[in-house]
Amino acid sequence: EVFLPEETRAAAPVDFLQELPSYQSALRRRAAAGGTQERRAAPQGSAGLRAAEARGPEQEGGELGARPAREYPLSIAEKRRLRDCQQADIKYLSGWKQWKTTSSKSLKKVLNEVKEFSSYLELWRHDIRSIEGKFGTGIQSYFSFLRFLVLLNFIIFILMFSFVTLPTVISEYGIFNSSFAKIAPKNIEPHCTVYKPSGNKGLVYFYTYFKDLLSGTGFLEVTALFYGYYTIDAAWLSIMRYNLPLAYLLATFGYLALSLLWIIKRSGEGFKQNLVHDEDQFQSYCNKIFAGWDFCITDPNAAQLKHRSLQYELQTDLEEERLKRKIADRTMKEKLCIYSLRIFINITVIAVLSGCFYSIYRATVFSQENSNVSIGHDIKTDSANLLVQYLPSMVITLANFIAPLIFSFLIRFEDYSPAFEIRLTLMRCIFVRLANIGVLLFSLWSQISYCATDKCKACGYNYELYPCWESEVGQEMYKLMIFDFIIILAVTLFVDFPRKLLVTHCSCKPVQWCGLQEFGISDNVLEIIYGQTICWIGTFFSPLLPAIATIKYFIIFYIKKISLMHTRKPAARPIRASSSNFFFLVVLLIGLILAFIPLGISIAHIPSSKACGPFRSFNTSWAVVPDTIRGFPTGLQQVLHSIASEAFAVPFFMVICLVMFYFIALAGAHKRVVEQLREQLVMVRFDPFFCTPKV
Amino acid sequence: AYKRFSELLPKEERENACSARVPKSQILTLPELRANPFQHRICRVFSTSYEGDDSMSFEDFLDMLSVFSDSATSDIKSHYAFRIFDFDDDGTLDRKDLGKLVNCLTGQGEESRLSNMEMEQLIQNILEESDIDKDGTINLSEFQHVISRSPDFAMYGGLQW
Repeated sequence: EVFLPEETRAAAPVDFLQELPSYQSALRRRAAAGGTQERRAAPQGSAGLRAAEARGPEQEGGELGARPAREYPLSIAEKRRLRDCQQADIKYLSGWKQWKTTSSKSLKKVLNEVKEFSSYLELWRHDIRSIEGKFGTGIQSYFSFLRFLVLLNFIIFILMFSFVTLPTVISEYGIFNSSFAKIAPKNIEPHCTVYKPSGNKGLVYFYTYFKDLLSGTGFLEVTALFYGYYTIDAAWLSIMRYNLPLAYLLATFGYLALSLLWIIKRSGEGFKQNLVHDEDQFQSYCNKIFAGWDFCITDPNAAQLKHRSLQYELQTDLEEERLKRKIADRTMKEKLCIYSLRIFINITVIAVLSGCFYSIYRATVFSQENSNVSIGHDIKTDSANLLVQYLPSMVITLANFIAPLIFSFLIRFEDYSPAFEIRLTLMRCIFVRLANIGVLLFSLWSQISYCATDKCKACGYNYELYPCWESEVGQEMYKLMIFDFIIILAVTLFVDFPRKLLVTHCSCKPVQWCGLQEFGISDNVLEIIYGQTICWIGTFFSPLLPAIATIKYFIIFYIKKISLMHTRKPAARPIRASSSNFFFLVVLLIGLILAFIPLGISIAHIPSSKACGPFRSFNTSWAVVPDTIRGFPTGLQQVLHSIASEAFAVPFFMVICLVMFYFIALAGAHKRVVEQLREQLVMVRFDPFFCTPKV
Repeated sequence: AYKRFSELLPKEERENACSARVPKSQILTLPELRANPFQHRICRVFSTSYEGDDSMSFEDFLDMLSVFSDSATSDIKSHYAFRIFDFDDDGTLDRKDLGKLVNCLTGQGEESRLSNMEMEQLIQNILEESDIDKDGTINLSEFQHVISRSPDFAMYGGLQW
């Protein structure tokens, strides 16, 4: 073994590299974990590095607990020597410090074991690892994301179930000596409170159950699935009074806050990397070369694909760099030409989007006007009725399918660099998908709040057609979710598998040229984010929707996995895992924030229905909060009022701005220091005092 | 791990697997190393054999496992990665080393190599990004500095046993 670590230490100007902030913070972290043992225990082989670290900042407080031997880059024989040294050193310590060292060591060991054990409890651990080995980490990140959504939806379901559904069910069935009260709302016109859901009574055909299952009407409407079931104003569980309306509202805010915090926490790590990464392709080449090979690959075919994809990636990046230089050399006339072309294409894109939105609006209005509860039990009219009910979902799915195709066709004329092209198309697709839901909700609301008569204005919403409008909205969200699931299933069964059969058995040119489809990560991710946004919006109107979402994503995991293994070929241009994770979470966050808007408007602006639901005696759903605050002691009321007033909010906002500017200034200062140090490092090479001749 | 190691030995020597050395050709049959373009370098780096034939004893095998496992710190991984990438064992990554590294990554065979111009451009970019003291080579500290900011290294640098 010719290579010895100490030679490299002598050659490099180690001292100055230590000044770099990143190295300093790494040292600080290590010093907190390691201890004075380092200096004494350093064996001969790595004396240089250890001594250099010792010259670095001394650790505060004399933390004891030497770095475990496994953290040194030495062979096993040398590690044994190191461990013996450390053991010998311990004898020289006082009794208290000795106990501290040994106990911290055993604690670390226990923590490690716990961590290892808990990793066995991870859902689908083996499946995701095998996917990673065969298809790489880009696709694996998609499946991890899917697993994250299953968990998120399950937790949201537990939250809503335990705070909203469980107390309602308990009080309704009188378990534990509980009861409930339905307070008749005062000052409300009686015609607003009439609500007769037609849960299936009497003799019905079997297929009506199936139809009701698909459209959320009939027998499903009166179950705990929808808002209308929770028509309880106060519940008494044994002797405690349970304020159901307040609990409903707070549970809604709770699950939104929980989702927000969890997503932000998960994207925290990715954010730092991406921020650094995005600054004009910082370090992208080194990243690809040094960390490019995925050591998890065991299959020679996969290795071959990885080689090819790495080659492709490198060539594309180099070409992009050449393209950038060419763009910088464009003449004025060419620039004008390109910009006017881009403006024209953007106008086309906006026209396409408006077309989509208008068609969704018309479809929703048509569907609401023409779908009546079936009076005749004729299967033909019932199926037609079902189709009409599903019309908005179908139009949305169609728009989600066609719009991306149009965008990817148009962007070719805009002459951007390839990376920017992909990002822009992606942004446009995301916008289409999420805005479609918004348009659907907007058209629903315009129907609900459309008031012509005086009687209707007294209620605040269209009481004839929508006596319980929240259940209606819940039903629409339910239908969207079911339809989304059916489409994913149908596409896998009727498009992917036949295609695979065709490609394997038919050897004519056009079929072979088409080939197997790639696993398009972005398309699949947008699909599930679309489903998750529906779930977030719909949970307020249909508290058991997260359970359906959990089951749906659970099944989708297996569908996608089977489809991937059997019918897909890996993508020629892979997306990197680290930026993928961050990208998925950012889009999910966008979906969540877009979900706040319809919920906010429903809760605070639109009058709640007076015929059903826990908010009957309030103007809007939000009104329950000021009402509860009025019941607090006066002191607390005054505090809450002052927090919500302008006298507090404006200074608070200004302080936050100041803090933000401080951090921005600090970041700028750090950047300048890094630049200066880099220059110094270059100079050091020529400084005779520091320069050691390289062997 | 002991089981995996003893499987590599021919039947007669399985009894004293602790002290036996497995020849390089056997090591390379491990599925995790089979598809790895750095297999020869890995064997060379971890082998403590004096004859220079890159055979590995059980302790070398354990060394290799511990470095590639999920629980190894990124310091250790970057240290060993540097040694693996250093094809001429001179303690620095110079242009020749980087060229060989890129060729390993893009695959064997003539058609999978980058053209000379692309290779030059690529090596120039790499040195621009990572060579802090501008001496035309990357030493261990610069390498570790670059790796510490690489988000993919932690994910990619692990083997599953």
